[in-house]
Amino acid sequence: MNHILVAENVSKKFGEHTALSNISLEIPKNCIYGLLGPNGAGKTTLIRIINQITHPDTGAVYFNGKPLGPEHIATIGYLPEERGLYKSMKVGEQALYLAQLKGLSKTEAKKRLKYWFERLEIGDWWNKKIQELSKGMAQKIQFIVTVLHEPELLIFDEPFSGFDPINANRIKDEILELKERGTSIIFSTHRMESVEELCEYIALLHKSEKILDGKLSDIKKAYKNNIFNVGLKLPMEKNGTLASLQEKYTITDQEYNEKENQLNFTMQLPDEHTTAALDLLKAKGNINHFNEVIPSANDIFIQTVNAKINE
Amino acid sequence: MNKLKLIIKREYLAKVRNKSFVVMTFLSPVLMVGMIVLIAYLAKLNDSESRAIAVLNQSDYFSNSFNATETISYIEFTKLDLETARDSALAMGSYGLLYVPKSENLEATTEGVVLYTKESPVSYILNTLETIFQNRLRQSRLTKLGVSSKAFAHIEQEFEINTATFEGEQNVKGINEIKAGIGGAFGYLIMMFIIIYGGFVMRSVIEEKTTRIIEVIISSVKPFQLMLGKIIGTSLAGITQFAIWIFSASLLLLVATFFMDIDLAALSAGPAMGSNAIGGVSQLQAGMDSDMQLYAAEILKIPWLLLICSFVLYFVLGYLIYSSIYAAIGAAVDNETDTQQFIFPIILPLMLAIYVGFFSVFSNPHGPIAVGFSLFPLTSPIVMLMRLPGGIGEGGVPLWQFLVSILVLIITFLAIVWLAAKIYRVGILMYGKKPTYRELYKWLKY
Repeated sequence: MNHILVAENVSKKFGEHTALSNISLEIPKNCIYGLLGPNGAGKTTLIRIINQITHPDTGAVYFNGKPLGPEHIATIGYLPEERGLYKSMKVGEQALYLAQLKGLSKTEAKKRLKYWFERLEIGDWWNKKIQELSKGMAQKIQFIVTVLHEPELLIFDEPFSGFDPINANRIKDEILELKERGTSIIFSTHRMESVEELCEYIALLHKSEKILDGKLSDIKKAYKNNIFNVGLKLPMEKNGTLASLQEKYTITDQEYNEKENQLNFTMQLPDEHTTAALDLLKAKGNINHFNEVIPSANDIFIQTVNAKINE
Repeated sequence: MNKLKLIIKREYLAKVRNKSFVVMTFLSPVLMVGMIVLIAYLAKLNDSESRAIAVLNQSDYFSNSFNATETISYIEFTKLDLETARDSALAMGSYGLLYVPKSENLEATTEGVVLYTKESPVSYILNTLETIFQNRLRQSRLTKLGVSSKAFAHIEQEFEINTATFEGEQNVKGINEIKAGIGGAFGYLIMMFIIIYGGFVMRSVIEEKTTRIIEVIISSVKPFQLMLGKIIGTSLAGITQFAIWIFSASLLLLVATFFMDIDLAALSAGPAMGSNAIGGVSQLQAGMDSDMQLYAAEILKIPWLLLICSFVLYFVLGYLIYSSIYAAIGAAVDNETDTQQFIFPIILPLMLAIYVGFFSVFSNPHGPIAVGFSLFPLTSPIVMLMRLPGGIGEGGVPLWQFLVSILVLIITFLAIVWLAAKIYRVGILMYGKKPTYRELYKWLKY
């Protein structure tokens, strides 16, 4: 019961086209789970299956340990990438309608809407039509409608598109706050910097297959290759130093600043070799910096996808 | 169920509050009644207009033939030559100049008759004048043959055959047409409703696609619920509109006839003989001679209860079939311009039903074509309603045909709604592609 959602060998075909093949995922409770992948990888199909918009051809999905069923619709909130609102409907009416479709009573929905309208500074837009609103304002309303029924699982597909940086930050804080309050969140995006900031777990889909999943910190650990950035201040000319280092290690990206007598480079070490390397460097000059290169989510993303393409 | 109610309510309110819908609802009766009043008024105006014809009569054969009627008056020119007569007729502003030359005999004289007008003459003047010459010629030829005009009047007569049923009841001529006409009015109503409100359903689906709200909604409700709610909500709005139309149109018509003293019965009596229920009623009022009484009796004999019940049944089933097809089309396309290729095949059976109905059912309500089309589910709501005023059973629609037609309709309804829901479910999430029929077929298997 530590998982809010478990997918077991889920496959889905549209005619000849395979959208998902044999996907298994375990999404822990109360975490932010990043669902990543290039366009057409099958993210949206997977999300639609979780939302019971489409159904898998084979495989099963479990929500809180029970097979996914109609009773779970009210416990899931979904902000699709392709989103919108009825243009000619009033803001308040529309929000009420969508909340009631998720099973909230009218009075309860009204109360919560009031709270959220104040919280996100939407103000007296209740009786305005959507077409009179700015895009950012409409997105805020969309966000409110998604979280209003306090679902156990929230699914955000590119939640920050359409927001200016200030409001994007605002929404990010709200998402974190929701997580604090115990909500589990699936987060699908291309924006890798937000993955770093938000996600504890990720899964990477490519061409309908899952090619990577797990805790982000574990994945990062697995992807670091003992590569270090080094800055050395040399007492004399550099040539001999670099050559002697190159005898022992692979050095790349070297650059030398003559004025400062500073040598910067990247070096590849064997496993468990940092102390020895530091000893060697210490003898050559003053170490200004020595830090391990930890791959960003973006690097991992590109690296794995490219590796998959080259296969 | 609760969600379905919410959807129906939203669709209904969205439709009813729409400005163009409100304008249409309240303007249409005014426009319709305005049209009727205008036509009635113009017809009246047309009747009372009188035209003056100048006559240059140089022969002796037609000295007393030109007598003024309500619509034509004659001005006799004497002792003028043709040239001057033409000029002065034009100067006087008379409608035309009729020139009758002097010749040795009547036949030759009529050969030489010319009507001069500014533009080509209107048909009723031409007819009136031609009748004058025809009568004169006939009279002279009869005299030559030695037949008196009294004898001729005796010879000339029309003959009508009396018809009766085997039970000895007197049959009324044209009652088949009247009955089919009444059914046809119901059928026509169904067709109009389908075309107008089916289109509304389709546009509403397209709107949800283009505003991209669709995915938000179907994460809360089943696509089928949304489709059904949309169809029901829109048709309730349609029924509201129709009710307002019928109510306000009859009110306005009543007011118009009361204040403007326009004889509506006269309007509908002639060519529109029994083409709708109003025609029947006006005939009731028009006169109490025996034929009219027969018609009235026949119209009262129409099984109205059956007719109205089956109207509701065929209306609901037919409308649901067609509007779910409309919903599927709306789901398949991205914008309204792409709908044309799919709309035509829908309109086709509807049009076919109306035309087959009017041509085939009118002449023979129980002929093979009428039977065939009243069983075929896409045309049966219209064609069967045209046949039903004859009743069910003896002399009317055989019971088995009625039952088979409803059964086939129900089966088709289930099949079409199932298919449409499948296309709808896939289509609403498809963007950017203009679908082909082949692709729609593929969607059925997703």
